Amino acid sequence: MTTLLTPVAATLPRARPALIAAWAVLGLLALAALWPDLLATAPPDAVDPASALAPIGPDHPFGADQLGRDVYSRVVHGARLSLLIGLGATTIAVSVGALLGVLAATAGRTADEVLMRITDVLLAFPGLLLALLVIAVLGPGPVNTTIALGLAAVPGYVRLSRGQALVVRESGYVRAAVVLGRSRAAIFFRHVLPNALPPVLVFATVDIGTALMASTSLSFLGLGPQPPTPEWGSMLAEGRDYLDSAWGLTVFPGLVVTVAVIACYVVGAHLRARFEGRTPGGR
Amino acid sequence: MISALRWLLRRLALAVLVVLGAATVAFAALHLAPGDPVRAVIGTLNPSQDLVDRVRVDLGLDQPLATQYGQLLGRLVTGDLGESYQLHRPVAEVIASEIGWTAQLAMASLVLALAPSVLLAVTTAGRRPALRRLSTVLELITASSPTFWIGTLLLAVFSFRLRLFPAAGGDGIEGLVLPAAAQAVGLIGIFTQVLRQSMERALDEPFALSARARGTGETALRLRHALRHALIPVVTLSGWITGALFSGAVVVETVFSRPGLGRTLVTAILGRDLPVVIGVVVVAAALFTLINLVVDLLYRVVDPRLREQAA
Amino acid sequence: MAGELVSVAGLHVEYRVGRTVVPAVRGVDLHLRPGECLAVVGESGSGKTAIAKALVGLTGPGSRVRADRLVVGGQDVNGLTDRGWRRVRGARVGLVLQDALTSLDPVRPVGAEIAEAVRNHRVVGRRAVAARVRQLLADAQVPQPELRARQYPHQLSGGLRQRALIAAAMAADPPVLVADEPTTALDVTVQARVLDLLAARKAEGTAVLLISHDLSVVARLADRVAVLHDGVVVETGDTAELLRAPTHPYTRRLLAATPTAHRRGARLAGPRTTPARVRSPRPTGVVAEVSGVSKVFRGPDRQPHRAVSDVSFTLSAGEILGVVGESGSGKSTLAHLLLGLLEPDSGRIGLFGRPWSGVPESRRRRGQVQWVQQDPLGSFDPRYRVSRLIEEAGADRARVHELLDQVGLDRTLADRHPATLSGGQRQRVAIARALAPSPEVIVCDEPVSALDVSVQAQILDLFTDIRADLGTAIVLISHDLGVVHHVADRVLVMRDGEVVESGEVTEVFAQPAHPYTRELIGALPRPQDAYAGQPEGVT
Repeated sequence: MTTLLTPVAATLPRARPALIAAWAVLGLLALAALWPDLLATAPPDAVDPASALAPIGPDHPFGADQLGRDVYSRVVHGARLSLLIGLGATTIAVSVGALLGVLAATAGRTADEVLMRITDVLLAFPGLLLALLVIAVLGPGPVNTTIALGLAAVPGYVRLSRGQALVVRESGYVRAAVVLGRSRAAIFFRHVLPNALPPVLVFATVDIGTALMASTSLSFLGLGPQPPTPEWGSMLAEGRDYLDSAWGLTVFPGLVVTVAVIACYVVGAHLRARFEGRTPGGR
Repeated sequence: MISALRWLLRRLALAVLVVLGAATVAFAALHLAPGDPVRAVIGTLNPSQDLVDRVRVDLGLDQPLATQYGQLLGRLVTGDLGESYQLHRPVAEVIASEIGWTAQLAMASLVLALAPSVLLAVTTAGRRPALRRLSTVLELITASSPTFWIGTLLLAVFSFRLRLFPAAGGDGIEGLVLPAAAQAVGLIGIFTQVLRQSMERALDEPFALSARARGTGETALRLRHALRHALIPVVTLSGWITGALFSGAVVVETVFSRPGLGRTLVTAILGRDLPVVIGVVVVAAALFTLINLVVDLLYRVVDPRLREQAA
Repeated sequence: MAGELVSVAGLHVEYRVGRTVVPAVRGVDLHLRPGECLAVVGESGSGKTAIAKALVGLTGPGSRVRADRLVVGGQDVNGLTDRGWRRVRGARVGLVLQDALTSLDPVRPVGAEIAEAVRNHRVVGRRAVAARVRQLLADAQVPQPELRARQYPHQLSGGLRQRALIAAAMAADPPVLVADEPTTALDVTVQARVLDLLAARKAEGTAVLLISHDLSVVARLADRVAVLHDGVVVETGDTAELLRAPTHPYTRRLLAATPTAHRRGARLAGPRTTPARVRSPRPTGVVAEVSGVSKVFRGPDRQPHRAVSDVSFTLSAGEILGVVGESGSGKSTLAHLLLGLLEPDSGRIGLFGRPWSGVPESRRRRGQVQWVQQDPLGSFDPRYRVSRLIEEAGADRARVHELLDQVGLDRTLADRHPATLSGGQRQRVAIARALAPSPEVIVCDEPVSALDVSVQAQILDLFTDIRADLGTAIVLISHDLGVVHHVADRVLVMRDGEVVESGEVTEVFAQPAHPYTRELIGALPRPQDAYAGQPEGVT
């Protein structure tokens, strides 16, 4: 059964230049999301029939679409929504999942049994199917996409954080704290939580990339933000009609998604490796 | 033996639970969804009140919720999934006609992804640093590229520019190559990473040292000992893989305008054709549970240590 | 040189770690004749495993092996290619590793592993392989070879697994067998049988190179001993000679640290280094009473299994009580019961006449009973520094320093992370933490089994000092009879959850009443055996 959105990516390149490049990409994306006008050359919805399907050139570094809108500027403006959905979905998944997972591990047998059986059932579904079902109920749109992707990833995080909490609870140091006479609450807040949560958060950094990819997939299918909102997935879907004449319409938005996901993976894998190197036994 | 039987019973009970859960969630979804399903069935903008009432009675939507839920479960047992609002055909029939396409695509993608991954992992695990590094970078790129983008690029190059394969539809192998390839690319990256990592771990184990000390050659060691250990995590990932194959199908079928369960689902969601959505969800849930069960049985074949354990 | 199966001169093994080259073996000479056993003895990091790997050409990537002469199995293997090595491995030299659970492929039947060795060297025709595998298992004294060949490693006991591993190493009848810590993970009675098996191979003419950290194991089997320290052989000689009159200071230190080589109670690691401090008033009388305690667990097959069965004893102030048993004897469960981590199903535990078991957690005076675990690092919160670990036990900064003094640790270590400390230092931190609440009882569960002998000696001395200074009662749980015999006043011998024998250590060891105790003591390898004649066969 699945535990996580993304299978372990521990063999990712961890060379210094790759890491610096990845952080630079994330910084640029954050800039584009916060102050898109600093990077963009035109408003995202400035229609210019004269340059419809214009090729790549000095005026239009990524070309122009069927309405003459500048693809580069639309890609820059698209960063905000894509990143928000990716981050938002991961935040929902981690916070709800970790809460329920740690609860399951500590609240006693019955609660654990019930929660884990439900999780087992949900884990039997692929994440995207769950997300699609949520969208079927709530309807398309960016907020619903975020909720759908977040909820779909919750079961994986319940299982992960429960596992982490159980490992810590059975550890020698928690038993040592019991022998030292620490109270249950002190053990929970001083040992179990601080040791069980960080690995879950580190795992989540990798999943931001996956959530980003999944959100653009949903937009591509027409289930995310609706046109004319600039968003990478929906831009690519629109550009498909012009594959023959203007390949820039599909190549660039997809390239940006790929680069963004790579950056998330590299940074996430690095954080994970550093984290595992810090804990004993993880060397 | 007893423990294996108990394990199987437990898994079957879980399977029934999953399907029941799927049906319940889908039923709840139908009633939670904003908008009146009756109007969705009729489709015209301003139907007469008389027509609305008649359709409501026809669909059984005038009954109390508990009765409707009971009826849904009753129909499920007999394999009746209701009728599509938009296609005006029984949902079971729609699914039956589409599922083959998706299964075909999934199988082709899996084979297309596994073969090169095993080859890459066996040849590069723990040696040939230059090739290994190159392979690692390629894996990262393919694993990070969204399937819809890969599919679109393949279309642009092989259909529009080189005109080697049909852009849409296409029967037989010809029409299968590009969609399966588009799906396989992303999987190759992840498969190779997982396989190589576990293979390197296996080659570092004392039993590998023992085997080498017996005069076992490097290739034999990799194929006879390490590969089997490397496959264990792939089996563990099978749930994720089936999920990825289905998610991939949803996207790829849209990109290549291919018939299949995925595209049917997307169309149904966009058109608010809820019986089809529910039908696909319930069938997919049953299917995934079945696949998981088979895979778990397979797991016990690959790893004998699990045979004695109760699940 | 004629007749020598192993002839090694000037062997160097280096490993590249990052940009630096670390020498593991620095100019070692070894010689071995048919039917002879040479033991290479050293502590962890001495380079003994690198020697074993070099003799089969498997030092691994990033390593470099140089030698003036390297003859293995009567064949010159100096500078051999991997293809050439493959014909040597298994055929001219066999390798047996520690812990057969990980040294046999867990997903293949045991028989397949042995058959692999048979096929690699085409020992017999294709059709005769299965029969040959059965014969090899039978030769290794594995009962029901037919059945065992079809089973997987996890289905066999530790002793059977180790024998199967030896069978695989001997499959192509190599004249030389290299055994790297072949008995380390095994219980003492099983260990004795595996050593007997190696002795039988030796008697048939196989040359055995035995690698071990344990001088007592070596005494049983080896004709000659080479003592390895920092990649150099510091002393070599006839086993009896070397154990009776070691000349090199390191050999002497190593031998001195071996509890079984010693008069009971003698200091093992030299004169004490920690300041003596006496607590007043020292407690006297009975500290803890355990009466008729039992604990039942349900196994994976849901069958109830009595982990501890009707155990009774008393513990007096200032006493060291040894609890001895092999794995699965219930000694760790007993520790958990004493610590109040588990509640007994029946019977009761009292502390100073008041009930300790069966009372609510809030009414327990937890500080009275403290714990030292086998794996000190696992017993520390990975985020904590040494000072915070001890402070968690209720000590202030001044007390932390006092405790560090008491366990013989430098005060500057207070700000270090335990992960950066050595194994011995970590165990001292664990003891300091256990002492912090001024407990009446310290339960030590296998406190020295993960440590090198010289470090083990220091920790055992520390226990003696603590008892002498503070009058703390210590329950010392160990699989190692030598350790218990050396420091304990009284001993409980446990088997299958029951106490089969108890009494004063000197009496129990001199005149064991129960057959199981006799077997344990008989199986205990002692350096003296090498010069007091071979021990009688174990029954």
